[in-house]
Amino acid sequence: MNKLLKNTIWVLIIVIGAAAVGGIALNRGESINTLWFITAALCIYAIAYRFYAAWIAATVLAIDETRATPAERLDNGRDFVPTNKWIVFGHHFAAIAGPGPLVGPTLAAQFGYLPGTLWILFGAVLGGCVQDMVTLFLSTRRDAKSLGQMARDELGALGGTAALIGTFAIMIILIAVLGLVVVNAMKHSPWATATVSATIPIAMIVGLYMRSFRPGQVLEASALGVVLLLLSVMGGGWIDHNPTLRVWFDHEGLTLAWWVMAYGFAAAILPVWLLLAPRDYLSTYVKLGTITLLAVAIVMLQPTVKMPALTQFIDGTGPIFGGKLFPFVFITIACGAISGFHALIASGTTPKLLSNERDIRMIGYGGMLLESFVAIMAMMAATVLDPGVFFAINSPAGVVGKEAVDAVAKISSWGFPVTVDQMQLLANQMGEATLFARTGGAPSLAVGMASIFGSAFGESMLALWYHFAIMFEAIFILTTLDAGTRVGRFMLQDMLGNIWPKMAETSWTPSVVLTSALVVAGWGYFLYIGVIDPNGGVNILWPLFGIANQMLAAIALCVATCILIKSGKLKYAWVSGLPLTWLVTITSTAAWEKIASDNIRIGFFSAANDLADKLAAGVLPPEKAAVAPQLIFNLHLDGWLTMFFVALLWLIVFDMLRVCSRYLAGKPVLPLAESPHIPSRLVEDWVRD
Amino acid sequence: MLSKLKSFWRVLRRLSGDDAYERYLQHHAEHHQADTPLSKEIFFRQWQDEKWNGVKRCC
Repeated sequence: MNKLLKNTIWVLIIVIGAAAVGGIALNRGESINTLWFITAALCIYAIAYRFYAAWIAATVLAIDETRATPAERLDNGRDFVPTNKWIVFGHHFAAIAGPGPLVGPTLAAQFGYLPGTLWILFGAVLGGCVQDMVTLFLSTRRDAKSLGQMARDELGALGGTAALIGTFAIMIILIAVLGLVVVNAMKHSPWATATVSATIPIAMIVGLYMRSFRPGQVLEASALGVVLLLLSVMGGGWIDHNPTLRVWFDHEGLTLAWWVMAYGFAAAILPVWLLLAPRDYLSTYVKLGTITLLAVAIVMLQPTVKMPALTQFIDGTGPIFGGKLFPFVFITIACGAISGFHALIASGTTPKLLSNERDIRMIGYGGMLLESFVAIMAMMAATVLDPGVFFAINSPAGVVGKEAVDAVAKISSWGFPVTVDQMQLLANQMGEATLFARTGGAPSLAVGMASIFGSAFGESMLALWYHFAIMFEAIFILTTLDAGTRVGRFMLQDMLGNIWPKMAETSWTPSVVLTSALVVAGWGYFLYIGVIDPNGGVNILWPLFGIANQMLAAIALCVATCILIKSGKLKYAWVSGLPLTWLVTITSTAAWEKIASDNIRIGFFSAANDLADKLAAGVLPPEKAAVAPQLIFNLHLDGWLTMFFVALLWLIVFDMLRVCSRYLAGKPVLPLAESPHIPSRLVEDWVRD
Repeated sequence: MLSKLKSFWRVLRRLSGDDAYERYLQHHAEHHQADTPLSKEIFFRQWQDEKWNGVKRCC
């Protein structure tokens, strides 16, 4: 009876889920309620978790509950600590969920709501969650080794080096594009700039509090910080209304970019306790709180999606970024569907806390499901806006024109009516001077969130909600920027240490300063170009980031596939092999188009040639002619970088195939690096209170 | 209700690292009784520096 009831419930979930996905996919009416999206997402997640993830855990990975995990075997009371699974889930989710799943879906909404939504749902359950869970499992079986070490142990030196270089490259591009998102959100917005700047001294106060004033009192200090952050949102509004103070915070994009670089450099050399660690506490609370609030507001309000299912921009002419639906929707949405970066958290960090292998499904697969849900919410926040407003905020001036009148005429001519008055009213409500051409995704997400929060919790505070949303995005973008610069610095010190061992000393000041400066110069260069680019920079940087992130995912899946085959599980190798094939396909196609396309909005080299021709012919307006040589150089660089990424990807794929075919042919390969089976001595419920 | 609030508080302390020192003392009492444990201040410094060594945040 009980079993019958269970089966009936699952059949019901499958039917409802199928109906909701069908409803979303086939709806061609004026609008569709967000409840459809939530239903579809929850049903798909439930089915995938209950059946696919459970099958992978039991059959493919053969999870062994009786086997001691590294946390148990190497327990040192510090980093290796067997921990309750909900706590590990919290740590893991806080580590993987950054700004990526918020920005990508917002940009991809230019194709309409359907392609992005389907990719977020199916990409996650078949690709991203599988990658995270399998990587977590493999690292748990290998004393919590990092992805790079596993690649070296299982594939060989080539694979290990490729993973290391891939990680470094993605870090540089990631920080640049995130820096650009923050700069665009603060550009000529004294309120946003003041609030975001205030987060720095607030973090320092929190850091000093928990270091010196009341050592170790993390929660007290964080509570103080969160209160100060909320005050800073209001304080920013006060500064914005004060004619003398507001000019201090009213800056061009380029000025702000220099400040962001200076900040990144300072954060990389300052001790972690002063800036990085306290900022991370604050951003984690604000992030988890705001995401929960957004979910509550969407469920309460059930707003209507106004964006059509598909727009005409699937043909590649989109204003936000150029390129057709295939492959660019899959490159634009990386985090939220499949993100290679997660493999770095799932290996090395999280396994040190895992008390039992049976928690791997919930933490690895479940954690990514939750991130996918965040991406779905970002997609909803972007698509509940009037499409005209969405495109007015996100289209760069280089595409729709600098003047508001030109922009609305152009956007309305696409069939998305919008007026100057409407945009001005919206900007006034949000407490901004203008919302035209605020590219990068953050402002449009903030407008979407503010309108959802405003409708759910009170219209009168729209401007406060908007700047709260900007602060929310900026604070964890800056956290990623700090942490990324620092990690980049460590990696660079490590690499240079191979040439000159003294460089690897993380406390030797000349090395610290030099490597920090090099890392900041690396991402700072791309940020600088992104800011001076009249087409908004996002058009170039986001696809590069997507390609790099998917390349890292492909490396993780190569390691996973190789280990599955070496463990004699050839017949299950498709579990990671299938997403790997898909990633290699989309990454290579996208890279090919970015390199070889004749379309100047897609191909780097054709854009460079076009710009060079125009410069030579003297047809460029003077301000564009001034930056043209830099833009041309950068386009060439981006083209070569793309080639480098795709070459690295194929190198590691061939290396994986080489190892696998040798194994299958019975030739010697590197042995499996799995640590020996030691029975777990943790009594049931010991840490599972 | 009260017990639920208590367990929520426990989870929050655990997640944030607020109780890290208490857990360290417990671990110390169980495994290294011979030597004196670190003071809270010193322990927290080491704990915080260790926590930030490596890739800890994602995009």
